[in-house]
Amino acid sequence: MCSSRPAAAFAIPADGRALTTDSIVRLSHVERSFGAVRALAGVDLDVVAGECLGLVGHNGAGKSTLMQILAGTLQPGSGSLVVHGRDLTAAYSVGVAQANGVRCVFQELSLCPNLSVAENARILHPSIRGFGWRRRAGALIVGKLDEIFPGHGITAGDIVGDLSLGRRQMVEIARAFSVSDGRLDLVILDEPTSSLDSIVSAQLLAFVRRFISAGGSVILISHLLNEILSTADRVVVMRDGRVVDARPAAAHSHGSLVAAMGSVAVEEKHGAGGASKRGSGTPIVEIRPERQRDSRRLTVHRGEIVGLAGLAGHGQTATLRAIFRAARGGSNAVQGSVAFVAGDRQTDGVFPLWSIAENAIISSGARLARFGVINRAGEAALAAAWKQKIGIRTPDLANPILSLSGGNQQKVLFARALGSEAEIVLMDDPMRGVDIGTKQEVYAIVKAEAERGRSFVWYTTELDELKHCDHVYVFRSGAVVADLSRAELTEEKVLQSSFEIAEAS
Amino acid sequence: MNTVAAPTRSPLARFATRPWIWSFIGALAVWVATIVFTGGKGAGEILSVALTFSSFFVIVGVGQMFVITTGPGNVDLSIPANIALSGALAMILMDGSNGMILAGLVAAVLCGVAIGCFNYILIRTLQIPPIIATLSASFIIQSIAIAYGRGLKIKPPPLLTDLVQAHILSVPLLALFVLALSVGLAFVLNRTLYGRAVTAVGQNPRAAELAGISVGRTRFLTYVLSAALAGLCGAMLAAFSGGASLNMGEEYLLASIAVVVIGGSSVAGGDSNVPGIWGASLFMYLLVTMLNTFGVGAGVRLVATGVIIIAVITIAGGKSSGRG
Repeated sequence: MCSSRPAAAFAIPADGRALTTDSIVRLSHVERSFGAVRALAGVDLDVVAGECLGLVGHNGAGKSTLMQILAGTLQPGSGSLVVHGRDLTAAYSVGVAQANGVRCVFQELSLCPNLSVAENARILHPSIRGFGWRRRAGALIVGKLDEIFPGHGITAGDIVGDLSLGRRQMVEIARAFSVSDGRLDLVILDEPTSSLDSIVSAQLLAFVRRFISAGGSVILISHLLNEILSTADRVVVMRDGRVVDARPAAAHSHGSLVAAMGSVAVEEKHGAGGASKRGSGTPIVEIRPERQRDSRRLTVHRGEIVGLAGLAGHGQTATLRAIFRAARGGSNAVQGSVAFVAGDRQTDGVFPLWSIAENAIISSGARLARFGVINRAGEAALAAAWKQKIGIRTPDLANPILSLSGGNQQKVLFARALGSEAEIVLMDDPMRGVDIGTKQEVYAIVKAEAERGRSFVWYTTELDELKHCDHVYVFRSGAVVADLSRAELTEEKVLQSSFEIAEAS
Repeated sequence: MNTVAAPTRSPLARFATRPWIWSFIGALAVWVATIVFTGGKGAGEILSVALTFSSFFVIVGVGQMFVITTGPGNVDLSIPANIALSGALAMILMDGSNGMILAGLVAAVLCGVAIGCFNYILIRTLQIPPIIATLSASFIIQSIAIAYGRGLKIKPPPLLTDLVQAHILSVPLLALFVLALSVGLAFVLNRTLYGRAVTAVGQNPRAAELAGISVGRTRFLTYVLSAALAGLCGAMLAAFSGGASLNMGEEYLLASIAVVVIGGSSVAGGDSNVPGIWGASLFMYLLVTMLNTFGVGAGVRLVATGVIIIAVITIAGGKSSGRG
């Protein structure tokens, strides 16, 4: 089964040798280790034409590693990889994957930030060449964006680095689905909606269904189980580097999926969260969003969890940064020290050359140090305590941060902020790529810390998370358009405010 | 991207992965080749002289290393002009008198501090890229040095000259002094909040700012540190060579950058080490010595130097596995 074929044959479409009539990829006994960490312990996976395969599992279950192997960016340690009926294990690479119609949208975006949207599109389409290539590449990508995300507001000439994270994700997705002269059979979407708001997510999932109906295949990885249940035909559950469950989506409920993933379903208790902390005392944050025209202010009181809602990229992150700058600059608008939990972890969070421990304690170093000299023992103890508390999945905190899966890297960023003594914690949609079990743990930590008097300002693109907030501000076009206490909060109100054209008040 | 260091590795294997090891291997190889050629004659003497000259490379090299560590685009090109001006200032102030040695050294360092502040003002307030800012600053500094020190023929104080040229058990006193200085700076890099801030800023300035590090302050201190070290080097060099001259800093521009790179520090910033500066400085000096010993002409010598440096960087480039 492991015999390799001559390189010239790779790009030729499936012939009569196909193992099953319509199997696109078939992985058998795939294993892969990173040093001491066994990411994949013998995985079998089949994807057939015209199906949407949902893939779920906890952070570090091996989902992203498996997808990297499918996309050709990682070589399997052992096992075989059959694409269109051909065993390509020996010489699989990104180029071979693409020639065989397999594309991947990674959790860590792979666009070049210094290039325009059109130029990024061209990278995937070598056939677009000669005079006017930029225009043609632009037409291709914008056409796809129009198809998937109507009303996206992106132009071909935009420099990718200037786009918000959500829009970069949209470009990445549209690019993966664009076809010039090559073939496209399977698109892997790794947490595609993690930085998209609910409206854009719905557009994407609807498009995925259209793509499936047209005969294409999609592997959808998501921690949002409702997305999986509504979109996937079949759901594969991974745990500890193995496939532990594979069933049609129709046979699953939210609860059965959570159980299959191996975590105890926590019944969330919302509402009746005690009396409002408002009305007593002066706020510790009082800030006017940059594009606020009326007199409305965003305020935060001690011990409060304040949510920022609205469509992605409508000024929530900018407001968080403004609070951060005000606190660091000693402005009166913010009373207290701040810490920031990045959502865009590559750009705003991770120090790629450092160990997990160094990344975790960077914001606490100054507090532990004496006369500017680092307190190594104190830092090691703090890092170990947070590894325990937040469950960072690693055999050794001295390992490089990049050895962790995306969700575990995010946990390190949480540990960094929560482990500091900051009185106000700013969270920039921080649950991207974090599994449901960890989310529950972090929610509990946030709640406990708030009860101890810490304040949180929490921007989230997941409506469910707003239920953990004492107070929610809905943003539109860079300004606060609604101000809801927990008692008033409903999904409809948030959505309505996000879209409302004329302001009621 | 996902490489994980195996937790169980022998100390020897661990040692072999140190990025600075290649510079010492290179220095050793070149030294051995030289004494094999001379039949073992003058082995110790070559080493002693190499230690003295390397010391000057190390002083400016460590400063440049801190600057390069703060991230892509950061480099201090004003080092040669700084050396010229600080050296001249120190000589004028000392005026050949032993009593003024300390004052002269302090003045040279302060001159460097002022130059560092000036560099940073250009970079920060005028938003000029560091490479242009420090280059244009160096024209101004060099012009001041020319105006100020034209026809300068002041001999350094005899005590200072003696100190700079003294040996303890045939080890140059200067090298011991610079060794102590570099140990101190290694401590600053690895064990202080400032050193950690430098490494953090070099890897990801946005993340550093959001983690609570002042990027501006860190870069400012770094440019000042580099310039202060260059100022100190200027005074020492003037003392060593019997007086300041306007072009005595010339070779330190390329050398300061070369020793950082050969020493195994990342040109992209965020990852550096002090021992490598010593290894690379010794390598650079011993390389020239070797080619001189072989009797190679000046032109060939320069070509050979370039080729060998490229070779070392290529071989040492294999250590980059630690990067993501």
